[in-house]
Amino acid sequence: MDMNDLRALSTVLMFLTFLGIIAWTVIGGRDRFRDAANLPFADDDRDESETKREKSS
Amino acid sequence: MANPNIAKHPEYDYDTVRLFCLATIVWGVVGMAVGVLIAAQMVWPVLNTPWEWFHFGRLRPLHTNAVIFAFGGSALMATSYYVVQRTCQTPLFSPFLSKFTFWGWQTVIVAAAITLPLGITTTHEYAELEWPIDILIALVWIAYAVNYIGTIARRKPNHIYVANWFFMAFILAVAILHIFNSIQHPVTLWKSYYVPSGAIDAMIQWWYGHNAVGFYLTAGFLGMMYYFVPKQAERPIYSYRLSIVHFWALIAIYMWAGAHHLHYTALPDWAQSLSMVFSLILLFPSWGGMINGIMTLSGAWDKLRTDPILKFLVVSLSFYGLATFEGPMLSIKTVNAMSHATDWTVGHVHAGALGWVAMITFGAMYHLIPIMYGRKQGQMYSIALINLHFWLATIGTVLYIASMWVNGLMQGLMWRAVNEDGTLTYTFVESLEASMPGYIVRTIGGALFLAGMLVMAWNVWCTTQGRTRNEEDPATLDPVLEADAVAPARG
Repeated sequence: MDMNDLRALSTVLMFLTFLGIIAWTVIGGRDRFRDAANLPFADDDRDESETKREKSS
Repeated sequence: MANPNIAKHPEYDYDTVRLFCLATIVWGVVGMAVGVLIAAQMVWPVLNTPWEWFHFGRLRPLHTNAVIFAFGGSALMATSYYVVQRTCQTPLFSPFLSKFTFWGWQTVIVAAAITLPLGITTTHEYAELEWPIDILIALVWIAYAVNYIGTIARRKPNHIYVANWFFMAFILAVAILHIFNSIQHPVTLWKSYYVPSGAIDAMIQWWYGHNAVGFYLTAGFLGMMYYFVPKQAERPIYSYRLSIVHFWALIAIYMWAGAHHLHYTALPDWAQSLSMVFSLILLFPSWGGMINGIMTLSGAWDKLRTDPILKFLVVSLSFYGLATFEGPMLSIKTVNAMSHATDWTVGHVHAGALGWVAMITFGAMYHLIPIMYGRKQGQMYSIALINLHFWLATIGTVLYIASMWVNGLMQGLMWRAVNEDGTLTYTFVESLEASMPGYIVRTIGGALFLAGMLVMAWNVWCTTQGRTRNEEDPATLDPVLEADAVAPARG
């Protein structure tokens, strides 16, 4: 076994890791990431306060 | 949709974000104006004035550096510093590092604007800046990385939103690329030589060059996409699961594709073929990301009729899809044998640069700049002017890339045409003369795109002055309305 076998092995390991990531995202269904997907809206009350400040000015 | 666990939000650091937003607009105007000038130099060579500082060869790297690193870089730093605060619900890690990244980066840009016209260059494409500036870039970039990751470490939500993954990949990859493609031996203050040479130097250069496309111009702007498209459409991303697969597929595959810039060179043949195969595979994550962005509007397509900011964001994704289809096609060795060194390459780059990078930046800036001035998202001085900008930018991009397709195919066919006795059918000058109509159309397209950028600069200026244009019907552009459009200033 020489260096090139290790290099080939690293490619295979990377591909298996990628398949693992796909499996991880699919397991648990669509709802699993609902909170994560809504993170851009999680601090929206701040926007509203800014709007109020604008209106009152 | 507000999370009940988070009652009160910290005061976000918007000062640096605001400065980077304004720098984006200023450098956008400058970089695109230089682009139009050098496009005009191709049509009217007399514009290469007697002063060597303004010759095409000196100004071309100035144009690429200004639009990629000054305009694009400021936009990426503005949006990444904004998105990381909003999605982590915490202010930036260090106010000092924030200021240092802004002023350090602007110093790099000014140094580039001085040294490149003077002819001080390493000659490595997209890495032309000489070694003292390279060191400053590395320092600024490390400060940026520390500040960004430090902010993520202090986040309130447990999950790191996907836009931040893309921004982090962009920051880390660019740090590695820049440092390894800057291994130079200085001989004087403004002259250095690369330590690797020959085919190895070329391989490192295009490992850098293509991954600058992959991580700077793609992953960074995808970070922008994953925040601003959902936010402007007011609905979460179409599929968060797809965004995770998109991320890992993109970063795993991109690193292998750079050698497609070196087809039929002294680079080993297997490396060329490998890069072609990975370039072809890249189509899948690219289109996965495009579909994820566009389908976010599923069920709300009507917003596209009334919201020009959303139009910018969605059309940028369409151009992203176009450019990421064209790229794998151009990487096929037999196609590349014809397209290489023709204007097709230039057209491909601009399908990505104008259509994708600049347009998603415009959309994000129109969303973000009003917030920087205490307004609601997207509440610019004039919505009608955003619409005008949208059409100028779209028509300009289409003229640019269509003329370069025609020129590229024509040049490729003319250069390879041979007579029965094996001699070349056309001289190079004949192909250059035949390219002239395309160069004129390209200049017009670029000028329209620049005009749109100037409209944006005016719109931003008025927004910073707290003004709102009275627009009953956003489709009309009536200058008479201007008189009573001045709203009371903020505060």
